[in-house]
Amino acid sequence: MDGYAGRMLRVNLSDGDITTEPTPEEVIHDFLGARGLGAYLLWTEVPQGADPLGPDNKLFISTGPLSGTLFPGAGKMDFTTKSPLTGGYAGASVGGMLTAEIKYAGYDSIILEGTSPKPVYLYIDDNAAELRDAEAYWGMGSFALEKRLKDELGEEFQIATVGPAGENLVKYACISHDFGRQAGRGGVGTVMGAKKLKAIAVRGSGGIPIADTAEFARIAKEAYRACKEAELLDVWTRYGTMMVTSWCDENGALPTRNFQSGSFEQGSSIYAPTFREKIVVTDKGCFGCPCPCGKYSYSKKHDVYVEGPEYETNGMMGSDLGVGDIEDIAKANQLCDELGLDTISAGGAIAWAMECYEKGILDRDQTDGLDLRFGNAEATFALIERIARREGWLGNLLAEGVKHAAAEVGQGSEKWAIHVKGMEQSAYDTHDATSMLLAYMTADVGAHHNRAWAITYDISVGRDLVTPEKAAKVIELQHIRPLMDALGCCRLQWVELGMSLDYYAPAMTALTGVEYSWENLLHISERVWNLTRMIWVREVEGFGREWDAPPSRFVEEPAIGGTTDGKFTPPEAAQRMLDYYYEQRGWDDDGIPRPETLERLGLAELVEV
Amino acid sequence: MRLYADNAKCSGCRACLVACSLHLFGENNPKKAALAIVPHFPAPGTFEVNVCTQCGECATVCPVDAIHQNEKRAYYVDPGECTLCMACVDECPEGVIFTRPDLDYVWECDACGDCVDVCGPSALWITEREEV
Repeated sequence: MDGYAGRMLRVNLSDGDITTEPTPEEVIHDFLGARGLGAYLLWTEVPQGADPLGPDNKLFISTGPLSGTLFPGAGKMDFTTKSPLTGGYAGASVGGMLTAEIKYAGYDSIILEGTSPKPVYLYIDDNAAELRDAEAYWGMGSFALEKRLKDELGEEFQIATVGPAGENLVKYACISHDFGRQAGRGGVGTVMGAKKLKAIAVRGSGGIPIADTAEFARIAKEAYRACKEAELLDVWTRYGTMMVTSWCDENGALPTRNFQSGSFEQGSSIYAPTFREKIVVTDKGCFGCPCPCGKYSYSKKHDVYVEGPEYETNGMMGSDLGVGDIEDIAKANQLCDELGLDTISAGGAIAWAMECYEKGILDRDQTDGLDLRFGNAEATFALIERIARREGWLGNLLAEGVKHAAAEVGQGSEKWAIHVKGMEQSAYDTHDATSMLLAYMTADVGAHHNRAWAITYDISVGRDLVTPEKAAKVIELQHIRPLMDALGCCRLQWVELGMSLDYYAPAMTALTGVEYSWENLLHISERVWNLTRMIWVREVEGFGREWDAPPSRFVEEPAIGGTTDGKFTPPEAAQRMLDYYYEQRGWDDDGIPRPETLERLGLAELVEV
Repeated sequence: MRLYADNAKCSGCRACLVACSLHLFGENNPKKAALAIVPHFPAPGTFEVNVCTQCGECATVCPVDAIHQNEKRAYYVDPGECTLCMACVDECPEGVIFTRPDLDYVWECDACGDCVDVCGPSALWITEREEV
């Protein structure tokens, strides 16, 4: 099994049993690694109806074939589980050094099952794997614990942790790694916290077997050269994803005050040049990245180090909360990272609460004294802490996610709970961008942008157009981008530098010795997409079209101010986009994959089990 | 020729280490590289790159004359001659002569330049040694 480590580590936290087993070759063949392997394992190993926070749910930590190899951006992996936030499929990607180290230790996947009776951490040093007592670490923040474990075990160990938010089962707790990288979305950290697994520490000394080493190295070096010669390399590396802030602001896509507006009057104070000049210390790359988006920063005002803010955090902890000081956003970012909260969901939850407060639905008693108006950075810091620790009525409420919180508070606040499938929307306003809106409606984890970042396409072809071509574009992106998640590499070399997609199939062929074409890889990606859809169908009673509904704000309320002032997407337009999408996917009117579609993708037998 | 590094430009990605191990050992394994990246996190948040300066101290102290110069005048260790006495490892001012429990010889940078080719931020370069 060239390109893969060839085995998986199974850790039963209930009884402490740790075993290894071969990575199933036929599964790799049909689903690839990382996201693909994770989806397969979730489907086959987690029983229908499992409580996401109970011992029956599992957390699959999977690397991909390109992970840890000499290929641009080969530093990604996938955490897969049944989501405590949405009740459906969760797949969260993370960069950094962990994926490479797990593979060097000799594992394609780490399968975490059961629930430990007491706090433990998983220690892996090549073949040696054991659960160690973590009582002394319980309650520690992510940075603090990572530093401590590196001091105790050695710098070479790569560490993943959950913070207090994961311990306290906040529904959108993340898993943190490499001083500022997170598997952020869907509550993967909540599941790890529920299993009482505080951290994973891994070190590996082995290599990765390659079928044709000379050919693989030749392709990889050519791909690196293409990245180095890319016109956008310098500006992209200087600003990273923050580069998009001004573009979004100008195009009415920068979420502002809980997505009421797509433009922020203080926008320029949180643009990339201000950020770079004021706080950035170092460019910080994930494994094998020629164009590091990571910007490691220091805020003098708050005396904190943080990786970021990157764009999503800038939007969700900045403009979406009306906060216009880059150092305040950095501080909120650092608090979320240290406590182990997904900045996107936390930002969405706080923005919803701020709107409730400004509209008089929440009063100062309910906020435990916080003056929760938009723009109040100090109140934001306090609320982040309360959410992570589930302190007070409001902290505990917001810890459940915005869908649950709005259902509890009612009074029309559901209308400004900005989520799809229970996952808070990431930082692109979709009042007037029908492809991007469809991308959020249909993303397989909930309202997340990374499956199909279609907003530039909207702007290039006409943002309010409702056409089959737009649905086709979303589907195309939903196959390419998640394919990278199954290969264990990053998409940004392609997205941002324009590195050719023609490198991937030949690299995979040279790496694995299996003949791949681009079409073949996309077909596998479509198979994985449909399997994740079937996970929703299986796990959520009555799952169907209404689960793909857009946040009502974008289809009922006009945007306020900026270039999209007065614009919104008529509800029937959003539904027509969904019709086009279902039809092209081969799904029925309720969004369920048709039997012939499952047959075409080779899934019929698997999903019938 | 020798390898140079600019710490301020390094983003810590380690592509250089993989390229190095592929050149030296034909293996995709950064633990078999001839340069080192030392991260300093969470504070001050910087990377330190340790590279061979081709100072030649290793060759001077080697008791069995296992360290030679190649056509680029870069030092390299002959695995067949090395006795793993560790004299060079102890002597190396940059700490860039490497060992592994499963190998019976040490290795160092031979200034091949493969690391330079894969360094996106151009933190590494190879040029003629500056004469001291």
